[in-house]
Amino acid sequence: MLDSKIPEGPLAEKWSNYKAKTKIVNPANKKKLDVIVVGAGLAGGSAAATMAELGYNVKVFYFQDTARRSHSVAAQGGINAAKNYQNDSDNVYRHFVDTLKGGDFRSREANTYRLAEISSQVIDQAVAMGVPFAREYGGVLTNRSFGGVQVKRTFYARGQTGQQLLLGVYSALMRQVSVGSVKSYARHEMLDLVMVDGKARGIISRNLVTGEIERHGAHAVVIASGGYGKIYYLSTLAIGSNASAQWKVHKKGAYMASPSWVQFHPTSLPQAGDHQSKLTLMSEALRNDGRIWVPKKAGDDRPANDIPEDERDYYLERKYPSFGNLAPRDISSRSAKEQIDSGHGVGPNKNAVNLDFRDAIEKLGKDVIAERYGNLFRMYEKITGLNPYNEPMRISPSAHFTMGGLWVDYELQTNIPGLFAGGEANFSDHGANRLGANSLLQACVDGYFILPVTIGNYLSGEIHSGKVDTNNPAFEKAEAEVKARIEKLLSIKGNTSAEHFHKRLGKLMWDNVGLERSQETLEKAIRELKLLRADFWNNINVPGTDKGINSELEKAERVADYIELASVMTYDALKRNESCGAHFRSEYQTEDGEAMRNDEEYQYVSVWEFEGVGIEPKLHKEKLEFEVLKPTIRSYK
Amino acid sequence: MNIRLKVWRQENSEAKGYFEDHKLKDLSKDMSFLEMMDVLNEQILQEGGIPVEFDSDCREGICGQCGAMINGRANGHHEETTTCQMHMRHFRDGETVTVEPFRAKGFPVLKDLKIDRSGFDRIIQAGGYISTHAGAAPDANAILIGKDQVESAFDSAACIGCGTCVATCKNSSAALFTSAKISHMVKLPQGKFEARERVVAMVNQMDAEGFGSCTNTEACEAECPQGVSVFNIARMNFEYNKALLLKN
Repeated sequence: MLDSKIPEGPLAEKWSNYKAKTKIVNPANKKKLDVIVVGAGLAGGSAAATMAELGYNVKVFYFQDTARRSHSVAAQGGINAAKNYQNDSDNVYRHFVDTLKGGDFRSREANTYRLAEISSQVIDQAVAMGVPFAREYGGVLTNRSFGGVQVKRTFYARGQTGQQLLLGVYSALMRQVSVGSVKSYARHEMLDLVMVDGKARGIISRNLVTGEIERHGAHAVVIASGGYGKIYYLSTLAIGSNASAQWKVHKKGAYMASPSWVQFHPTSLPQAGDHQSKLTLMSEALRNDGRIWVPKKAGDDRPANDIPEDERDYYLERKYPSFGNLAPRDISSRSAKEQIDSGHGVGPNKNAVNLDFRDAIEKLGKDVIAERYGNLFRMYEKITGLNPYNEPMRISPSAHFTMGGLWVDYELQTNIPGLFAGGEANFSDHGANRLGANSLLQACVDGYFILPVTIGNYLSGEIHSGKVDTNNPAFEKAEAEVKARIEKLLSIKGNTSAEHFHKRLGKLMWDNVGLERSQETLEKAIRELKLLRADFWNNINVPGTDKGINSELEKAERVADYIELASVMTYDALKRNESCGAHFRSEYQTEDGEAMRNDEEYQYVSVWEFEGVGIEPKLHKEKLEFEVLKPTIRSYK
Repeated sequence: MNIRLKVWRQENSEAKGYFEDHKLKDLSKDMSFLEMMDVLNEQILQEGGIPVEFDSDCREGICGQCGAMINGRANGHHEETTTCQMHMRHFRDGETVTVEPFRAKGFPVLKDLKIDRSGFDRIIQAGGYISTHAGAAPDANAILIGKDQVESAFDSAACIGCGTCVATCKNSSAALFTSAKISHMVKLPQGKFEARERVVAMVNQMDAEGFGSCTNTEACEAECPQGVSVFNIARMNFEYNKALLLKN
């Protein structure tokens, strides 16, 4: 039933084989084909612009006020590519190995290889568009290291790499808007998928300014709406980041793959109080020069600078000498949690660890550190009022990236014909843990180089379909359902805000389906989610009307979807009786507290089919085969 | 801390706006300004009112979606900051704080503090890109760019498109925004081929959107969250004149 459609041939030739044999659409026919893209971040924006360059008619939908705001913009550290510009023995194979191993052997080999294979092209493309990556005095590009890797393959534009890449995508998209190939729908939210005869045929959207419910038909729909880490309420994500597009298509039959695999970023700012609306990320790049430590003595209240060297525990350097402070994110986050839970946490709430630049400043000088991280240091000071040149930063793990997402095959097509998913919204490349700087890469690879090719293979069968008729009863029905739900949300007139429900959901998920889970906490979460859902639909307070701007209505829509998605995440975590990557089940760990994988029973991706809200979804298994690199126990020691 | 807020309310772009008074108690000084606005909205909801509409997304100063006039200054009185990065520790206990939308002819108010900045998109559509397409690029190191040159291009490219410059300018000029993109591209070898057409098209679009003229007050640079320099405007003027001169 699940066909991952991996092309034949040796790993290194699969993508070439695919491209050689895939069906394509001639330029005259492309003009007859409409494609809808949901999301205008790196993946959605680049897919939309590139498909328009090829000649398709593209409509792109996003909730922000312009296509330059999506949360790709906030990625700081960089983007990986196996260019080997540093002559440090990097190559496609090594990038593939790092990614597959970093993901704890829970990703699809062929997809992961393709990610590394196309990486070089992304850098070429970005430079051609004017992305100002960092360079050497001689004019060539420079690189830095990132977690889980022993070569320098990360390209960067100060601490604003995501912003600069996104501005490249945005300019390409605006160029296509100017020539009329892309219609851009800012401040629009997709509220349902429309299917006709089992195929994706369009969407229902809400104009967030006028409140109007609109029908849009197309021959294919691409979901590139990002990740759902904000389900934990406190996360590094943007306020508007949401799971709604993914969740709507899941309810229409698209499968979700390993949704409980969520990355907790080790270097975010700790929570300061209950008022907090988000946790700001400090780039992982800081771990190139910063040293992470906690006081050896639990509960040590002295200011960091008063604690002598021999009373500090540089626990990452101690536990993982070969990677040290650059251990992968899952391991670094869990180690931090271990220290905090055992009373070694620092700061007023004892919920952080130190990231110290004292030694680096001594060795390299303040100017070099300022050049490398100046903007991050300023941002830290703005938020906390503390100066990281004089005292260590305080950092803490925070919900960040979702490796799980919509199940897609090698063509990035979901199990619904004509429905594709790219970027963070799909699963596929990162397994159970994503390596730093592979996220910007995946979004660009999917959008610029994979989707525009694979969508042609599907659309070649649609050239005789004619315009999609939005008067079709399927559109009517979907629109009526969307309107009914809005009406229901507005009619409850309870006493509790969407924000409040989201906070409760976040705490529930953080406590029970967070960095560490167990059968006990997961079963508890399933019970509590049922109560929370019932409470939401009895007591939600959405003021105002469906006409015009109504942010509370938008929030309520998103939180309602989050609550439903949470239960699939919980079942996913509960049914996987092993630890792998970011999925850490406390029952399954080695004596020294490392994740204990169970390849015999769980070397598969859990693929979930919707069976009804709150009901245990139906499990399908995509068995993972490793032909080239046999799974080993991950060691960063 | 406690504060008194005077917040701008406006139903839609046609409606007449007015200030609404609110008192907020027991705020933490570690809150961001927008978290204070979240507290305000929760309070309004509890009182049975309609919350204040405002835009924000990343809340870490990079997406450019937020923005308000705080006590008459764009994003408040703290240096090089977006509204989301303004923190309550920069206000006094008991202070009265006025919050209004960015005001400019080119930025119509949609509701309360939300404004329409789509004019910026149209300026970029007029030419704020390098015409290339996926698949056509040479090897990235085939285009050599000196370190200083690329860093200078980055300084221009750092603009987040928030509109603070327009809101601050007494003429509501979009010169800083427009010139930053023009400079970013003209400083790079890839961007030189279309330089003439780009600068003329973008400047014309900027005027067509109803943004005012630049009279070199340099207020935009002083308030820009990214510290984008007014030298970009000088460069834009230079490039514009050069383009007109060479055309003849």
